[in-house]
Amino acid sequence: MARRMILRLGWAVVTCSLASSALMAMALATAAETPAGAAPVVSAHDDVTLTLVTHDSFAISKSVLRAFTRETGITVRVLPSGDAGAALNQVILTKDAPLGDLLFGVDNTFLSRALDEKVFERYRSLELARVPAAFRVDATHHVTPIDHGDVCINDDNAWFAEHKVAVPRTLDDLTKPAYRGLLVVENPATSSPGLAFLLATVDRYGEDGWRAYWERLRANDVKVVSGWEQAYNGEFSAGEGGGERPLVVSYASSPAAAVYFSDPQPANAPVGTVLDTCFRQIEGVGILRGTEHPRAARRLVDFMLSRRFQEDVPLQMFVFPVRDDARLPAVFTRFADIPTDPATVPPSVIGTHREQWIDEWTDTVLQ
Amino acid sequence: MTPPARSAAGAGALVRGIAVVVPVAFLVAFFAYPVATILGRGLWPDGHLDLAPLGDVVGDAALRDIAWFTVWQAALSTVLALAVGLPGAFVLARYRFRGRALVRALIVVPFVLPTIVVASAFLALGVEPSLGAILLAHVFFNYAVVVRVVGGLWAHLDPHQEEAARVLGASRVRAFTGVTLPALRPAILAAASITFLFTFTSFGVILVLGGPTRSTLETEIYRQTAQLLDLRTAAALSILQLVAVVVLLVVAGHFQGRRAVALGLRATAATARSVRSLGDRALLGANLALMLALLGVPMAVLVARSFATANGPSFGFYRALGELRSGSVLFVPPVEAIVNSLLFATVATAIALMVGGLAAFAVVRHRRGRALEAALALPLGISAVTVGFGFLIALDEGPLDLRTSWIIVPIAHALIAIPFVVWLITPILRSIDPRLREAAAVLGASPRRVWREVDFPIVGRAFAIAGGFAFAISLGEFGATLFIARPERPTLPVVIYRLLGQPGAQNFGAAMAASTILMALTVVAILTAERVRVGDIGTF
Repeated sequence: MARRMILRLGWAVVTCSLASSALMAMALATAAETPAGAAPVVSAHDDVTLTLVTHDSFAISKSVLRAFTRETGITVRVLPSGDAGAALNQVILTKDAPLGDLLFGVDNTFLSRALDEKVFERYRSLELARVPAAFRVDATHHVTPIDHGDVCINDDNAWFAEHKVAVPRTLDDLTKPAYRGLLVVENPATSSPGLAFLLATVDRYGEDGWRAYWERLRANDVKVVSGWEQAYNGEFSAGEGGGERPLVVSYASSPAAAVYFSDPQPANAPVGTVLDTCFRQIEGVGILRGTEHPRAARRLVDFMLSRRFQEDVPLQMFVFPVRDDARLPAVFTRFADIPTDPATVPPSVIGTHREQWIDEWTDTVLQ
Repeated sequence: MTPPARSAAGAGALVRGIAVVVPVAFLVAFFAYPVATILGRGLWPDGHLDLAPLGDVVGDAALRDIAWFTVWQAALSTVLALAVGLPGAFVLARYRFRGRALVRALIVVPFVLPTIVVASAFLALGVEPSLGAILLAHVFFNYAVVVRVVGGLWAHLDPHQEEAARVLGASRVRAFTGVTLPALRPAILAAASITFLFTFTSFGVILVLGGPTRSTLETEIYRQTAQLLDLRTAAALSILQLVAVVVLLVVAGHFQGRRAVALGLRATAATARSVRSLGDRALLGANLALMLALLGVPMAVLVARSFATANGPSFGFYRALGELRSGSVLFVPPVEAIVNSLLFATVATAIALMVGGLAAFAVVRHRRGRALEAALALPLGISAVTVGFGFLIALDEGPLDLRTSWIIVPIAHALIAIPFVVWLITPILRSIDPRLREAAAVLGASPRRVWREVDFPIVGRAFAIAGGFAFAISLGEFGATLFIARPERPTLPVVIYRLLGQPGAQNFGAAMAASTILMALTVVAILTAERVRVGDIGTF
């Protein structure tokens, strides 16, 4: 009797399963169709779908992508694939069967790995003529620069006014007693702005001097958290979490974002940027080797350097366009200062030393 | 044998066959094969086996410390979750009181909340990153696992058995340890195993609430794979993880002992009682107070923040949620994100119930069922990075090229939800008293009616609880999908992460509003699952 009952239960489950299997089969069928896209038709109007692999922070206006499709017949499918490091590593691991046609989001801290692994096709866009030489980090033209963001110390203006303390101006200032216990930074092992700030100190104090600088910062009670969200929304006194530290490693665009995303928008930015502490991240796109649509992919690269795309970038991703004639939105021109002489470290040097520097930083600051 | 019995036997073999083949095929295709492929990349770099990285890892004192910390923090978290959760399981299973269904749904809410949101609530309450914060968060996230998994069986235990023991002279404690505890053992072991595996592979909690100096095997595998691309070390660490998980599952299986005894399960309505004595009242009150402090307060912080706009309490952030960057790719209005979340969760739940349901059936009916049960639990204990990257390099050809398809997301969710389904259903399937069915049959009930009125009300409830969990796991995207390419359809947690990635009061407030919506959605889903009615038996 019991056997029969359990048997019946089994049948009930099997029946349910059949329904679900049908659902899955449908899903698989549609899934099998999508990745390859339509067959490439070579004409002035490329009727193809490109897959743009990106990091999770990618954003652009739908209307801008639609305009591209209207002009070219090329549809763009965006495939977010984790943070910048994870997205690049996924592309490297799938070299033999590419996930998509392009990868957006390779910055100067990851550039040398991307080049060493030879994941990109070479392409030199004519639009590069409008990009200042300082942004053209890849002389081999495998990665085309699209935007730059500057990682800098941000300060809580109200806090410094209220406590009648001058806002620090340099990296050296941060080690002075007046700024003891005021700074929160991100761990470079787990955070991209954290790594950028470490690189800023490497550039400023040299490969032999940066550890001594961090020892002084540590003695001055610097606080380390694992990511930007915890630093800005948790510990920063001008962030939303009501933290206690008025200095944080964030971005030159943060003052503009803080104004733009307030209701009502304040007349003055609640947050300032210490311009002498910045490291420049330059982010680009590359065409994945093995794409079936190299021609369409090149058109997308050109489009990403066009004014239309470039002018959409600031309010979507809160980074700066690389094109010299791209107009910035008012909130950027009013509230976001661009450092004139940000720190830079050659991508190949970063590639060689990244792991070693992170380990040394961990020994110096966390042990 | 009469002809119908013979055909039933043939059908039985067929059902048993399907019940084994489907879960095994699913596990091989979406877990074993991808994981083996990525481990192979690390350990067979140029066509021959290279076990040196294993030796390097074992010989590295820092990594040994990390492995040891991973194990003991998970063990401690599990013990704490059981200590706090078991009394909760009892009161929610046995007492009938107003609002019980709502409380049962509310305790599942932490399960779906993104770590980063919970961490911000904890920080607001003055919890600083530390070991204590890790343990607190692990109890916060896993309380529901203990309460629901253990309570699911407890609600069906016949209280008369314990009462009989007392009549025969056993003390209250003796009656509990001698009768109830052994009966609950499979459910307690299941809850403990799930909690251990979850906390063993905990990622966000360690990073955000552990502070920068703490790492576990999971965070280290993430660093080696996603940041450093050191697949050799990552593979060695993954194998270490695998060994630890297998040992745990073997130990748990050993303690589960042989086939559980039939327990004389009853429909829940028959086992619950009203709150009578002062002791009842004190026990219930203490547990509700604990739930309020542990789970309610952090949730309340999030809800309060979602209304705290610069212009006083208002729905401003909820409106902002619909307007902020509404024209962006990968950034959709909340209604759309809710629809996406519900869609993924529904498919994930269907897959999990199907595969898990069949597996539970096979586990009970097969001699080697235990092995299948343990194998299905492995995905809980293996790094999400390893599985995610494994998907990418393994599932890259033919009909299995699902790397960029949306279906990969619910499949990854189902992988995590299946052990819940199996562990919730098997103890109950095992312990249905055959005499209950025989009695019904003797009294003239047709087999169909016996199934409908005896088995289904009991197993059906376990299905509903399991389905609720599967749904909640998928709604919350428990890290399982962090490392697979997502389709262009952001879910609510994705929207929350994106909002928290930019400065500004509107972003933060909108993230809190989205979290509140996520919580509400969970409560509604669980309440709906609980209220499914079966025939004329009523709520199961």
